[in-house]
Amino acid sequence: MVNMNVNLCGIWLDNPVIPASGTFGYGYEMAEHYDINILGTFSFKGTTLEPRFGNPTPRIAECPAGLLNAVGLQNPGVDKVISEELPLLRQVFHKPVMANISGFSLEEYTEVARRLDKEEGIGWLEINISCPNVHGGGMSFGTDPKAAAAVTRAVKAVTTKPVIIKLTPNVTDIVSIAKACEEAGADGLSLINTLLGMRFDLKTRQPLLANTTGGLSGPAVFPIALRMVYQVAQAVRIPVIGLGGVSSARDVLEMLTAGATAVQVGSANLINPAACKEIIEELPKVMEQYGFTEVKTVTIAGR
Amino acid sequence: MTQQTLTILHNTPLASGVFRLELAGLDPAEPLAPGQFVNLQIPGFFLRRPISVCDAAGGVLTLIYKSVGEGTRVLSELPPGHSLDVLTGLGRGYDLEKAGRAPLLVGGGAGIPPLYFLAKELLRQGITPRVLLGFNTAAECFYEAEFTALGAETTLVTLEGSRGQKGFVTDHLPKDFTHFYACGPLPMLKALCRATEAPGQLSLEERMGCGFGACMGCSIQTARGPKRVCKDGPVFHREVLGW
Ligand SMILES: Cc1cc2nc3c(=O)[nH]c(=O)nc-3n(C[C@H](O)[C@H](O)[C@H](O)COP(=O)(O)OP(=O)(O)OC[C@H]3O[C@@H](n4cnc5c(N)ncnc54)[C@H](O)[C@@H]3O)c2cc1C
Ligand SMILES: Cc1cc2nc3c(=O)[nH]c(=O)nc-3n(C[C@H](O)[C@H](O)[C@H](O)COP(=O)(O)O)c2cc1C
Ligand code: FES
Repeated sequence: MVNMNVNLCGIWLDNPVIPASGTFGYGYEMAEHYDINILGTFSFKGTTLEPRFGNPTPRIAECPAGLLNAVGLQNPGVDKVISEELPLLRQVFHKPVMANISGFSLEEYTEVARRLDKEEGIGWLEINISCPNVHGGGMSFGTDPKAAAAVTRAVKAVTTKPVIIKLTPNVTDIVSIAKACEEAGADGLSLINTLLGMRFDLKTRQPLLANTTGGLSGPAVFPIALRMVYQVAQAVRIPVIGLGGVSSARDVLEMLTAGATAVQVGSANLINPAACKEIIEELPKVMEQYGFTEVKTVTIAGR
Repeated sequence: MTQQTLTILHNTPLASGVFRLELAGLDPAEPLAPGQFVNLQIPGFFLRRPISVCDAAGGVLTLIYKSVGEGTRVLSELPPGHSLDVLTGLGRGYDLEKAGRAPLLVGGGAGIPPLYFLAKELLRQGITPRVLLGFNTAAECFYEAEFTALGAETTLVTLEGSRGQKGFVTDHLPKDFTHFYACGPLPMLKALCRATEAPGQLSLEERMGCGFGACMGCSIQTARGPKRVCKDGPVFHREVLGW
């Protein structure tokens, strides 16, 4: 028997598999397909203070082994998330869920965090710091250790829930940012978010995405994600959630081996709605095949 | 939504660049409605390809697709016996309740397939639709005979008049229809809404990440707020679009 339980910042998960934000809606679309209570947890769509429509279409461009997305954080805003989406989510998912938060200023992050902090059923706040800082010349919070630490401190001050900072890979030194977040009080880190990319339509000679650029995800980014998770897990003591291109139980095991405590699965859900279900079913077999009996020992060995 | 493995029965050219794909093994328990689509996994491509249901009967799913890019080109080369991973029953299709006694079906090119399934379903309910099919050239025309065989009065229009009537579908709209059902290129759909005040429904296309409502990749702004083409559509009433 393989023990799949993991402790993620003080909350136990039945297994380390977590659908990633933006690829699983608020759960109920996927619950039409399978009982999502088999998941460790899931991270719901990025929430901002005000409703956002996001970018014009096309927002999706296919790539070899992945896709670019420029959805632009479409969401109904934190108040509607609380009044309309969370009640639906709670009907189909009965474990603590991860709330993903985005912001364009320190004040926005703290206000959204403060409102979601009161919500029962939310286990963790996952703070997406890939967004541009409107007061910082549009530079992303996640590209500057000081700005990343400032967001971490500000959010920690308004919540008692564990705070997981989600790091962007579009930086020269992800370790320095990870350390800055840890020092500022982060309870955990998740990485990686998408890598900035673009594609052209040769017929029109224009960028394929209406937004010009978008974020790359899917199997194409897996080796980059592994490398970054490995580097960060070596450098910090807090739990690290590994993600980026994970599509199979073997990929999950490889992420754990790189030092991840838990693993998120994003794009794989989009092309195979049963991806996480299949991974959870396969994981014990793959672990046994490689001689593991406990998920947490894989992580410990990797750090 | 159901994930099914279907086997290619036939995959043959129907007109210039247009293919008919018949897939066996469709779960007869799954109800498919006109205007709904399926999402096909094509070997070698990351994202699935959305294609409208053209017909579904006796465990066979019929799709008609135009070869426009790499994915549909590879699809057109797959032989009978090859199996495909298909997500079926996606999206919200046409609302048949609104048809009235004399509905009009307007299709352009690769937008015509879902109207065949719709015509069949309307006829099954005792409503005889008129059908207006628009193509660029005679070489691209398909399914005129199939619509006629169903018993629908069918008018064919090509741009330069090489077959059927000459011009755009909007040049040949009948005067007295109760409701229109349309699918085709965006300029055709918009021209149609300009040409008639009649109530109607339109099927839209967007690039999709998932096809089942999870990613927000296909959202459009409408008169009733943001809507996902894959889940809230692909069919929308014209007043929802504000067209
Ligand atoms: C709801 C719906 C129903 C459709 N029904 C039909 C049909 O019955 N028959 C038919 O011939 N075509 C249909 N299409 C269009 C069809 O999906 C595209 O022609 C096809 O995806 C092109 O793939 P490709 O690899 O050949 O093109 P490429 O341009 O190489 O594809 C690259 C990427 O862009 C996407 N893409 C390209 N064109 C479109 C488009 N027009 N709409 C959505 N995504 C696109 C592809 O899916 C792929 O992800 C439908 C589209 C939608 C959204
Ligand atoms: C369509 C789409 C929407 C996304 N939306 C969000 C989001 O709202 N918040 C966020 O933190 N990450 C978002 N992401 C990033 C993913 O959560 C994940 O970090 C990334 O896709 C890498 O993982 P993957 O390769 O498994 O997809 C989104 C990704 C995709 C593909
Ligand atoms: S394509 Fe994913 S929500 Fe429509």
